[in-house]
Amino acid sequence: MSRVDGYGRIDRTRTLAFTFDGVGYTAHPGDTLASALLAHGVTTLGTSIRLGRPRGVMGAWTEDPGGLVQIEEPFPEPMLLATTVDVVDGLVARGVAGQGRLAEVADTARYDHRHVHCDVLVVGAGPAGLVAARTAARAGLDVVLVDDRPTPGGTLTGTETVDGRPAPEWVDAVVAELAAAPHVTHLQATTAFGHYDDGFVLALERRGEGSDGGARARDHRIRAGRVVVAAGAIERPIVFEDDDRPGVMLASAARDLLHRHGVLAGREVVVFTVDDSAYAAALDLRQAGASVRVLDGRSEVPPGWTRRCAELDVPVEAGTDVRGTLGSDRVRAALVGESRREVPCDLLLVSGGWNPTAHLFSHVGGPLRWDPELVAFRPAGELPRTTVVGAANGTYALADVLREAGGEDAPTAPPEEITPRGMLWRTAGDPARQFVDIARDATVADIARAVGAGMTSVEHVKRYTTIGTAHDQGKTSGVLASGVTAELLGRPVESLGTTTFRPPFTPVPFAALAGRDRGDLFDPVRTTAVHAWHVAAGAVFEDVGQWKRARHYPAPGEDMAAAVLRECAAVRGSVGIMDGSTLGKIDVRGPDAGVLLDHLYTNLMSTLKVGRVRYGVMCGNDGMVFDDGTVLRLAEDRFLVTTTTGNAAHVLDWMEEWLQTEWPHLRVRLTSVTEQWSIFAVAGPRSRDVVGRVFGDVDVSNDAFGFMTWQDTTLDGVPVRLARISFSGELAFEVSVDAWHAPDLWARLVAAGAEDGITPYGTETMHVLRAEKGYPIIGQDTDGTVTPHDLGMSWAVSKKKPDFVGKRSFARPVATDPQRKQLVSLLPTDATTTLPEGSQIVALPDDGRLPPPPVPMLGHVTSSYRSAALGRPFALALVAGGRDRVGEVVGIPVGDMLIAAQIGGTVLVDPEGARRDG
Amino acid sequence: MTAELSSGVELRSASSPVVLTRRHPLEGRRATLEALTGEPSITLEPLVSAVDLRVDPDGGAPEAIAAALGGTLPRSPDTWTELPDGVALRLGPDEWLLTSAAADPHRWEDRVDALAAPHGGMAVDVSAQRVGLRLHGPAARDLLAFGCSIDLRPTAFGRGRCAQTLFGQAAVLLVAHAEDDLRLHVRTSFAGYVVDRLVDTARSLRPTPA
Repeated sequence: MSRVDGYGRIDRTRTLAFTFDGVGYTAHPGDTLASALLAHGVTTLGTSIRLGRPRGVMGAWTEDPGGLVQIEEPFPEPMLLATTVDVVDGLVARGVAGQGRLAEVADTARYDHRHVHCDVLVVGAGPAGLVAARTAARAGLDVVLVDDRPTPGGTLTGTETVDGRPAPEWVDAVVAELAAAPHVTHLQATTAFGHYDDGFVLALERRGEGSDGGARARDHRIRAGRVVVAAGAIERPIVFEDDDRPGVMLASAARDLLHRHGVLAGREVVVFTVDDSAYAAALDLRQAGASVRVLDGRSEVPPGWTRRCAELDVPVEAGTDVRGTLGSDRVRAALVGESRREVPCDLLLVSGGWNPTAHLFSHVGGPLRWDPELVAFRPAGELPRTTVVGAANGTYALADVLREAGGEDAPTAPPEEITPRGMLWRTAGDPARQFVDIARDATVADIARAVGAGMTSVEHVKRYTTIGTAHDQGKTSGVLASGVTAELLGRPVESLGTTTFRPPFTPVPFAALAGRDRGDLFDPVRTTAVHAWHVAAGAVFEDVGQWKRARHYPAPGEDMAAAVLRECAAVRGSVGIMDGSTLGKIDVRGPDAGVLLDHLYTNLMSTLKVGRVRYGVMCGNDGMVFDDGTVLRLAEDRFLVTTTTGNAAHVLDWMEEWLQTEWPHLRVRLTSVTEQWSIFAVAGPRSRDVVGRVFGDVDVSNDAFGFMTWQDTTLDGVPVRLARISFSGELAFEVSVDAWHAPDLWARLVAAGAEDGITPYGTETMHVLRAEKGYPIIGQDTDGTVTPHDLGMSWAVSKKKPDFVGKRSFARPVATDPQRKQLVSLLPTDATTTLPEGSQIVALPDDGRLPPPPVPMLGHVTSSYRSAALGRPFALALVAGGRDRVGEVVGIPVGDMLIAAQIGGTVLVDPEGARRDG
Repeated sequence: MTAELSSGVELRSASSPVVLTRRHPLEGRRATLEALTGEPSITLEPLVSAVDLRVDPDGGAPEAIAAALGGTLPRSPDTWTELPDGVALRLGPDEWLLTSAAADPHRWEDRVDALAAPHGGMAVDVSAQRVGLRLHGPAARDLLAFGCSIDLRPTAFGRGRCAQTLFGQAAVLLVAHAEDDLRLHVRTSFAGYVVDRLVDTARSLRPTPA
């Protein structure tokens, strides 16, 4: 047990039980998995990814490249850092051999997002951040303060003095002041992981396993007027042989373990440094009971620190270095100096100086510049709404930090002695055993290979060696790699710079990014006013865009094929009813409404008479069909346009774009009324009887109510619009009513149709019925490469109009190439095979067998169904030069078979159109 | 075929027709909302008549229409004003949503349309296009912050403000009545999703009753 009395902010009155690699251990609240394991002397947690070398904890927090674990309980999560896992009772973890394992069970925890707006966001609740937040709060601003550790105070160990009082007291006082201030939100355990334009910062709050249904993690989406980055600094190791051995640790990590968790990470300690800060660690560990020796790579050692070391019996050697380590799973000796003298130790602390944590400054384009005095890259230059203070800005001495962050009412701290820092990237040794990125098993030899291959950019070296691409994103290895590369190239490190910092700063679970957008809320489910009826009727739904549409209504024991055949037969034999309310509907109003529609549809709309309906096709600039629908002329200056279900928003945007950017002089206004109106299709030879029965005062005879006309009427005083529109070739009416009255009107129609056996039908039956008539579905029979002419709809393309969107493209030679793919029907000659949609079509060889590849493709099947009316399967297809091939038999590979099918015209049922008028 | 669907749904017989009645699009979720404990309360707003008014904002048209309606029209986008029995929300430079709790939808469309016509404007009935929810309670804005990215601080979104934005992935129209009283209008096809997401959020934020 390496727990020391009198140290740490853990609750020793309570004990937690956890297991690691199957062995039971104890911990205290406030422990991380790393501190608890080190307290029990467990230093090796797993093995490395490529070389299988032992790996242990080397850092104190998210910078740790070594201490990866797999969590099994409370919920399986791979590749977490032991230093960042809070121990909870019942935690089950194990070490990883390079890689973890994703959970195989569903994560039942909640995750969510919260949008936050503030005047000032302060990132980091160390001394700099606390002072900055306090200053902003005192100015009456909305402040959000986030800090990634569980408790505030940053790197303050508790031994410092602020404003003449012990640092912990000062921290508590500031936190209390912030808590009492209005408009201050203070979140611990919350990592600001990405900084984007205009003060937008993403921060992940780890909330633990909530028992009240709350979120395990919350993604705060913060929009701040000003961002203060007070994220501190991360200590940098020095590269030497076998520097990856467990027991080699950052000096700051050992100090943090002692003061935060009361863990003494070693009894026999060697400190190897070129920076004064490691002396504090050396003295702290000595005072906690370890024997400590300091090896300073600089020839001049700091006199004040050396004197204090002498007082505590800590020997200091100047001008020496560590060349390597000995040991198996754990370090047992450092190899020191040219002679590689063995100095026994069970903990080797390293400090090569500090790298300011300027990631959030860098994310938004803030430049970093080499500071030779600091021996580090630090923020350089100004950003409009981002300020960097404290260690993140390269300001390390506490008194300076407080002054920089706090301005006029900054607290004070005693001055500190600072001696010149040394620059040391690596010591002499075998480059193949000098690890730069411990998480990636990447060595100085790997960098040498990159340089040898001609690379001079640190970005290239990063990608070649993978240094800085692991879970820690190079927090300790990135700048080291720059330094080593610079040395190998014989250039100054400032000429190389660093690799670009990109979000996220720390790994973020995908579940947290998904937040509430999962399960039933993954994507909005749009429903019609009659949805509840469809559900009660046992409909099977399909997704069309975001809509749930009834696909078919199976009777007990029916599969889809049987249900669809029954529904089709009912429509062609008597009457069916379908909810078409998902169609997009756009009210087009104004004196120039007809002009706008003439510009956008391929056919003429301005000549349509009030009271009549016309089918129209819209094309893109490229002349390819992108939507179709009906247009009702409601008045001289008013049309109602319908669009396909999935394309409604796109069509409205398209119309608005042309109107606003190209023809703003047109006096037209567009209003979406998709949800305003519900539309029901009543189709079949008995539809006239049903509609006539419900709307007794409307003359529904063919003479009084012709095909492609509409009439307004009322039912119980409610306005209803009837239209003779057919998408099945049958006599059919579309009945429209405002959505409030839709459920009742649907019920009325169904009730009125009972004596005719009215059958609700779904989208699948609609698809079959329209395909039997050769009506294409835009997006199914077309794919953005199909012109109206390809669909056999030249009649829908005006030759009179001087211009419309797409017209110019029709003049291109390719548009009139007779070998373009054209819509045709296919009848499998065996009269039994339903061709899979998407099947390729090839020429049918004499022997009826598919020849070896390459086989030229003639086209593909776009729609395929069984037809109740034909008593056989049929398909629609796009076939090169298809209309000239009518009568030809082609081959369609289906599994191992080559199915023969005859090409025909697209209208298979009632080609004379005799059924349309009943 | 009989009057019973093969799938077992009983159909009303033709001899007793349903009299067409307004149905609230969220009727099926009313009980869920009423069962929510704690605050903010989430309640269904009554169905009201509404038109989308489009008219040139310059040249006195909005003022003339407002005067005829006995109220005012908001002068800047994203704000709203009161009408005698409804509200006027400015949705865009030349677009307003005008509601009336008293007028029949078609009469409301005709009336506003007649007022707008002399100015080259028009009104389109959108009464059934959207449905309204009321969020009432001190935590109303916090609840919305879990799905809505705009600045909802009372200083930025106080009484008199409205905004077209997203809640989750659905377009909504938010209207601020008071610090603790907001209305959310959503197209009816998305309303079920929005209510489900609001309820899911509300439940996760409130301690489960013991």
